[in-house]
Amino acid sequence: MAQTFTKTMARNIFYGGSVFFFLLFLALTFDTSMALPDRDRRELLDPTTERGQQIAHGKALWEENNCIGCHSLLGEGAYFAPELGNVYVRFGNNTEAIKAFIQSRPAEGIPGRRSMPQFNFAPEELEAIAQFLKYASEINTAGWPPNKQG
Amino acid sequence: MKYPSQGVARLYFIAAIGLFAAQILFGLIMGLQYVIGDFLFPAIPFNVARMVHTNALIVWLLMGFMGAAYYLVPEEAERDLIAPWLAKLMFWIFLVAAALTVIGYLFVPYSGLAKMTGNELLPTMGREFLEQPTITKIGIVIVALAFLFNIGGTILTGRKTVVNLVLLIGLVGLAVFFLFAFYNPTNLVLDKYYWWWVVHLWVEGVWELILGSILAFVLIKTTGVDREVVEKWLYVIIAMTLITGIIGTGHHYYWIGTPEYWQWWGSIFSAMEPIPFFMMTVFAFNMVNRRRRNHPNKAAMLWALGTAVMAFLGAGVWGFLHTLSPVNFYTHGTQITAAHGHMAFYGAYVMIVLAIISYAMPIMSGREANSQRSQVLEMWSFWLMTVSMVFITLFLTAAGILQVYLQRFSDTPMQFMLVQDKIAIFYWLRELTGLVFLIGLVLYIWSFFVANKEPGLTSAAVDQALKGNAGPAGAIA
Repeated sequence: MAQTFTKTMARNIFYGGSVFFFLLFLALTFDTSMALPDRDRRELLDPTTERGQQIAHGKALWEENNCIGCHSLLGEGAYFAPELGNVYVRFGNNTEAIKAFIQSRPAEGIPGRRSMPQFNFAPEELEAIAQFLKYASEINTAGWPPNKQG
Repeated sequence: MKYPSQGVARLYFIAAIGLFAAQILFGLIMGLQYVIGDFLFPAIPFNVARMVHTNALIVWLLMGFMGAAYYLVPEEAERDLIAPWLAKLMFWIFLVAAALTVIGYLFVPYSGLAKMTGNELLPTMGREFLEQPTITKIGIVIVALAFLFNIGGTILTGRKTVVNLVLLIGLVGLAVFFLFAFYNPTNLVLDKYYWWWVVHLWVEGVWELILGSILAFVLIKTTGVDREVVEKWLYVIIAMTLITGIIGTGHHYYWIGTPEYWQWWGSIFSAMEPIPFFMMTVFAFNMVNRRRRNHPNKAAMLWALGTAVMAFLGAGVWGFLHTLSPVNFYTHGTQITAAHGHMAFYGAYVMIVLAIISYAMPIMSGREANSQRSQVLEMWSFWLMTVSMVFITLFLTAAGILQVYLQRFSDTPMQFMLVQDKIAIFYWLRELTGLVFLIGLVLYIWSFFVANKEPGLTSAAVDQALKGNAGPAGAIA
């Protein structure tokens, strides 16, 4: 680099650029926070309603069984098992089908094939998970995934 | 080694390599589960193997960064660590916490681990890369604070160099952004939005500052190029990193419920994220070409150059491949992401940690550089691991392209599991290449044992050999 470009100039670009773009990022974050209520279906999460409690319970079960360790949710997670952000749609907009699938997994797996573990969920737990996945499918994700196969 | 307290780095480096080995073993288990679905099922289900694989990586890289800091900060600051005992104590706390967490993953069902550790009091578990029990996360914060106190105190009371200050900014950022791991609302969009403040702002933000400063340190030491030149480059590189990388977070905000304008912000800024990596490549080769000395540690130089090239390929090129939102619409959450993840982590972070280990371990053992035989072994391990990582990435990319086509792009999209069967050949090839990587890792570890049995190389021997006198180091001239 030419001598006209000094270390002090480089340092100032670093500090100035980082601070400027971090502030811009915070401004965009603020704007996003304002826009989210129309997109993220937060009205479903009201903890005073039964459905809100079910979704919260469902998310806790999702996390405490590490579902993300095999599946993706809105495209994030592991790629070993199908995307679940739209599983409610894929299963014909039917929470019963989701519950039946989770319940039917064989405890010892399927010879030679990938298989979801049997988690032995209680009926209210199954309902909570299904409600959580239904909620996930209703978030406005800008048209993603491209089709129902996820 | 100029200051005795630098020696604490040794503990961190040894543990890092041990966890590296664990990471690779579990990677091979997962790779096999991709094609033999019931392998080790239900004893070690895929999600457990994956947690060990990714968490071991994160912890060993953190151990590597900490070791690097404990080694280079005193040398740059020209004083001993303010509290070497604290560095040792924190090492054992960190190691025991990591070991207990891995034992928990392997021997307790995950939901049982959540109950045992009281996850319902402050739920943070069960999110990708942040699977650790909340108590482990609190432990990480405590270790990080003690580490920052030690490193920060040493830097601020000693000679303040750009390398040290940039490293400190990176490490403070690492600690600060980790705090978002404790924010876990029921609202999935907010959860994901701030989850990226840990993950993206780490690996495409502050970790690059750590990478840059370690690379600058190794290059100053091995090439003897004037510090002023190196520091100017370092500032420009990290400036570009944060200018592109902070708003570049937007490439994760396309499809998670956030507004559509992120497709513009994310695409434009993340498309520029390869620039700092490219500059890093130019920087490293420039410094080596302009070297004023011939350091006897050729292996360390190879890792330093290797990290500059492979970070550009893995993070820069493979990141760019799927970062534009119209492309990402099809590739999001496929094997393309996995391909990028593997080469980016290997190129940027694994290799820089191996570079500083390669440079510092011989010195901490009282040698300027390891023996010729040990270095040759280490360089073999470099090529085996690096070339196999290139092929792992290529095979996963091929799998990803087919997956995108069959599952998302064609007029008759197929189900996920049917597609997985169709692309199994690439998973087999990836697994075989993974075995080659393992051979490279075994050679790497072996090179340390060879090094300990033989006298090391010295600058004097290298200079003598370069003058044409047949010295013991003649072969490397």
